[in-house]
Amino acid sequence: MSDDKKTSSVMRQIDENLRRVYMEEQQDDVPDRFKSLLDRLKAQEKTGHGKGDQNG
Amino acid sequence: MADQTHRDPREELVEHLGALRAFAMSLTRNSAAADDLVQDTIEKAWKNMDKFQPGTNLRAWLFTIQRNAFYSIRRKAKREVADVDGAMAASLSERPAHDGRLAMNDFRKAFEQLPDEQREALMLVGASGFAYEEAAEMCGVAVGTIKSRANRGRRRLAELMGLDPNEDPVIGDTTNDSVMSASQSRQG
Repeated sequence: MSDDKKTSSVMRQIDENLRRVYMEEQQDDVPDRFKSLLDRLKAQEKTGHGKGDQNG
Repeated sequence: MADQTHRDPREELVEHLGALRAFAMSLTRNSAAADDLVQDTIEKAWKNMDKFQPGTNLRAWLFTIQRNAFYSIRRKAKREVADVDGAMAASLSERPAHDGRLAMNDFRKAFEQLPDEQREALMLVGASGFAYEEAAEMCGVAVGTIKSRANRGRRRLAELMGLDPNEDPVIGDTTNDSVMSASQSRQG
C-alpha cells in the first residue's frame, strides 16, 4: 500500500530525528557529581562499606 | 564472580552516564530532576550490581532501573508538578540558534508534549535503538504494546511537527543537512 510506504518514511524521519536529539543530549557534559559519586562508591567498596548492604 | 571475558560492570558504568542522563531528561523533562534521577539510578545499580548478568546489555539493565526509579518517585510525588515549561524553555533558549538547532528544538518541544508512555517507548526504540522486545521487557509490557505506543508517538510527533504522513516528509531541508553532518562528525 502506497499510504503505508509514505507513512513509514515519515516514521523513519521521526526516528532519525529522535536519534539525533538523543545523541546530542548524550554529548552534553556529564555533570561532575556523577563522576564523584562513582568515585565515592568505589572508595566505599574498597573499605568494605556497603558490602552486605543489599536490598532484597 | 564476574566472567573474566567481561569487564567489571562497575567500571563500565561511567560510559553510560550520558545515555542515562538523556533518558532521564526524556522521562523527567527537567534537568534538576533528571540529575537526581541519574544519581538515584547509579546508587541503586551499584548496590544491585551482583544481580547484573555479565554479557547481557548493561545499558538496558540500567535503563530498567532508572525507569523503575522514576515511576516510583513519581508515584510518591504525584501532586508535585514539575516546572516543565519553564525549565525546558530556559534550557532551549541557551542553545545556539542555527537553523538545524532551531528545527531540532521544535522537534524536542514536540517530543516533550507526548504522553509519558509514548515518549518512553520512542526513547527506547526510536532514539536508543533497543529492539521492541528489549523495550517491552524493560517496561514490563507486551511487545505489541510497545509497538503501538511507539507508533502512536511517531504519528503524534508527525502531527505536531506539521508532517502529514500523506505528504513527503520534510523537516526542513537545511535542517536535515546541517544536523546530519553534525551528527556524523560526532560519531567518530
